Amino acid sequence: MAESMAPNVALHIAWIVRNLWLIPVLPLIAAGVGSLLKQRQRRFALWLAIIPMGVSFLLAVAALAQALHEPARQIVNFPWLQFGGEWLSLGWLLDPLTAIMLVMVTLVGLLIFIYSVGYMAHDENFTRFFCFLSLFAAAMLGVVIANSLLLLFMCWEVVGLTSYLLIGFWYHKPEASAAGTKAFITTRIGDLGLFLGMVWLYGRTGTLLFYDHGAGCLEHSALSMLAAQATGVGMAASTGIALLIFCGAIGKSGQVPLHVWLPDAMEGPTPVSALIHAATMVAAGVFLIARVYPLMSISAAGGHATALEVVTWVGAITAFFAAAIAIAQNDIKRILAYSTVSQLGYMMMGLGVGGVAVGFFHLITHAFFKALLFLGAGSVIHGCAEEQDIRNMGGLRKLMPITFATYAVATLALCGVPLFSGFWSKDEILHSAHAWNVSQVPYALGAAGALLTAFYMTRQVCYVFFGRRREPVAALSGTAASLHDVVAFESAQHQTAHAPLSQGEVCEDHFGARATPHESPAVMTVPLIILAFFAAFLGFLGTPGWPWFQSFLRGERVAPQFAQFLHNGVLPLMGLSTAIVFAGLLLGWWLYGRNPSQDAAAPDPLERIEPRIFHALSHRLYVDEFYDATFLALSRTMARFCDWMDRWVWNGVVQAVRWLVIAVAHMDSSVDSYVVNAGFDESCRGMVGGGRLFSRLQNGQVQNYLRVLGIALVALALFAFWGHKG
Amino acid sequence: MTVPFFILVALTLVGAVAALALRNLVHCALALAAALAGLAAIYLLLGAEFVGLAQILVYVGAVAILIVFAILLTRSRPELLPEGISGSPIAGIVVAAAVFAILAWAVVSFGAVSSSTPSALPPDEMRRIGDALMQRFVLPLEVMALMLTAALIGAVILALEEKQSAR
Amino acid sequence: MTPLQGYLLVSAFLFAAGLGGALSRRSAILVLIGIELMLNAANLNFIAFWRYGPHPEVLTGILFAIFSIAVAAAEAAVGLALIIAIYRHAKTTDVNQLDSMKG
Repeated sequence: MAESMAPNVALHIAWIVRNLWLIPVLPLIAAGVGSLLKQRQRRFALWLAIIPMGVSFLLAVAALAQALHEPARQIVNFPWLQFGGEWLSLGWLLDPLTAIMLVMVTLVGLLIFIYSVGYMAHDENFTRFFCFLSLFAAAMLGVVIANSLLLLFMCWEVVGLTSYLLIGFWYHKPEASAAGTKAFITTRIGDLGLFLGMVWLYGRTGTLLFYDHGAGCLEHSALSMLAAQATGVGMAASTGIALLIFCGAIGKSGQVPLHVWLPDAMEGPTPVSALIHAATMVAAGVFLIARVYPLMSISAAGGHATALEVVTWVGAITAFFAAAIAIAQNDIKRILAYSTVSQLGYMMMGLGVGGVAVGFFHLITHAFFKALLFLGAGSVIHGCAEEQDIRNMGGLRKLMPITFATYAVATLALCGVPLFSGFWSKDEILHSAHAWNVSQVPYALGAAGALLTAFYMTRQVCYVFFGRRREPVAALSGTAASLHDVVAFESAQHQTAHAPLSQGEVCEDHFGARATPHESPAVMTVPLIILAFFAAFLGFLGTPGWPWFQSFLRGERVAPQFAQFLHNGVLPLMGLSTAIVFAGLLLGWWLYGRNPSQDAAAPDPLERIEPRIFHALSHRLYVDEFYDATFLALSRTMARFCDWMDRWVWNGVVQAVRWLVIAVAHMDSSVDSYVVNAGFDESCRGMVGGGRLFSRLQNGQVQNYLRVLGIALVALALFAFWGHKG
Repeated sequence: MTVPFFILVALTLVGAVAALALRNLVHCALALAAALAGLAAIYLLLGAEFVGLAQILVYVGAVAILIVFAILLTRSRPELLPEGISGSPIAGIVVAAAVFAILAWAVVSFGAVSSSTPSALPPDEMRRIGDALMQRFVLPLEVMALMLTAALIGAVILALEEKQSAR
Repeated sequence: MTPLQGYLLVSAFLFAAGLGGALSRRSAILVLIGIELMLNAANLNFIAFWRYGPHPEVLTGILFAIFSIAVAAAEAAVGLALIIAIYRHAKTTDVNQLDSMKG
């Protein structure tokens, strides 16, 4: 039976590899068709986006099945562009890394698409939103399956474009369009590094295909050649290219120098924040490093991989830096944005110290719980009628139970509470950092970051869900108890009345400006529940006792070995990190949960304790102001200089040319009138005079004519007979 | 080169020069008639009897008289009469002299081809002329008749018209 | 000097005389007289050459002279008619004053 099964299975699986391109192309077609729709065709736009995404998800699952069956890398390359004698080829590949990422992106994407149906139901640009979302999904999936750095870069750029379009979705808000521009330009700076690295790589190896049966740029021959070449600054060519490619990842994944765009990107709708700025696009940078890991990891003559060291340091610094800022933020989404920056730092650190499996595992788990956190925040915002400041929320635990439960699960996963998914993945990172032989500082930064993560998440949860509902400073007051009851009753009423997406029916119909929070409709809560399931249990795929995830990435299979828990100092480290997490949770509860503040305008407890540090952190450590004062000021000065040049120098040249031309024209005109005309006129007069002179021959005197005839006769006779005389 | 030849040549040449040099137009016409008569005699001397008599009939009898009629019909006012010479007579005479010189030179240089004694003339010259006119030269004869008719009609019209419009 | 040359010289003198008169006299009738003289000189040339030529029996010279006389007569008639017509119009026969072809 195995023989009769195997050929069918082999045929089917090979089909999925050949047609892997369908996975990004289906959402691309949906985006193309969607761009032609009118705003009224909301139902059609919705299904147009969701169905291709669903089909892509099924195809991704099939790809995962194929990768499980045949973990060896399978590639499909095709020639694309010919210039001179050389061909540029593109292609796609399927290996365990690709398969897992495909499933994650399509699944999280599909859930967020469904969530958006409820969240964006009020919005009049519903159709455009889904068109952009599909385009983003197509580009992101293209990045995942690309076997060529060029194809990856092209899809990378489209991802950046859709991020800009979606951040600035509400373009009539100036903050939103400014945020979109900021995101695009900041990532562009990183992309410049990526582009330079790509060009350098192409120049040295002659190919941009990653894997090409031994000729690709990530394969052994190319890598050893790159490692052997030294550049002028003393590092190997491979390190230089790797660092340039890492620049692209710094920009896209919001690592420390270029992280400034991510918090501002929260101006976009919350599903956008969840999909793009939590789960997928920002993870693209990490994915890129994982993809080109062979390049990053080869050691130069010095004996250690310089590029990976840089990656680790950048990641560690980012992890701590962003977590510190997050503890002083008041916007629910901004806290999560800085949390994302911090977690991305963890992922980079994981890639640097532990390899692809360590960082990538955290990427996958993070995608689920961070998306869940954002969607939950969206649910809170939707329920509170677009309120986003956590100081104006409170007591939502009873009013929005499903949201609270899923949010709590995600928080526990993010903090790294044992047995949740985040615990296993973050612990892998800390374990590898502890075992890193270069320095222990990243480990210390990571541990400190974990403490801060637990602290700020607890702070946020306490502010939002616990305590009592805080009225903002301008709101009316009533007796606390009766208000509470009325609120509970009304929310129950409203919850039953809510139907999933009924023709653009809107929550604002029965609430005024200060609405009573209510649970979100099922179309929004069901994705939350599904994501919560993954956030809780996905981690069990990668525990040290049974590292299925890590071994699958390497292409091996491994059986559960619970004895591993006792080796390598795993348990003590786990205990230490658990203690750190609980310390953070406790600290957070002590400051915020024990005595929740009743007043929205009251100062933050931390602010009371340490006002200066809190103040600096809440102003995001003045990074934006620093950039404004330095780079942006420089850019403005350059612009003014160019304007001055243009106005005075180039314009002066142009004016001078103009005067010159006018002078020449005048000269020409005078030459024309005095020389040419006069000369011409004179010659004409001369001709007329000559004509008149000659006309005097025709004097009408017949005898004159006869005389001439006579002379002519004599002359002719002489001429004719002169020689014949004789 | 006999004596009659010289007398006749003298008559002709003097008459010709006189026809062009005299002041009174009628005297010029009469001198012309004398020159033409002299030429007719030279033709007779040369043995061309018909041509000589035709000369007298046509030229002396018709053309010269016609010229006299024209002179009488176009008498200018008395004050213009004395002016008989053209604006630059010297130029005309010089040209005429040059022409004579060249012709004379040609004649003297190349004229010695013929012999001194002429060949014999045919006896029945008149009959031969008539035969030639009717056979070999009949077409020129008819054309000549046509031309003379046209000239007659034209001259009459030219000279007639003024009179009719004057009425 | 053969007789032919003698006749030819006479004819040349007549021709030159006629030309000189036609070129230098003011009256149109005298110009016509000069032209008649020139025609007669040519006739004399023909007759002389007939007489002293190789084949006088062919009578070419005589016939040419006959036709020449006829043409000269016609031309004299038309020319004099023209002069009369011009005289009626311009009241003069002075060729120097008949210069409307000037230009």
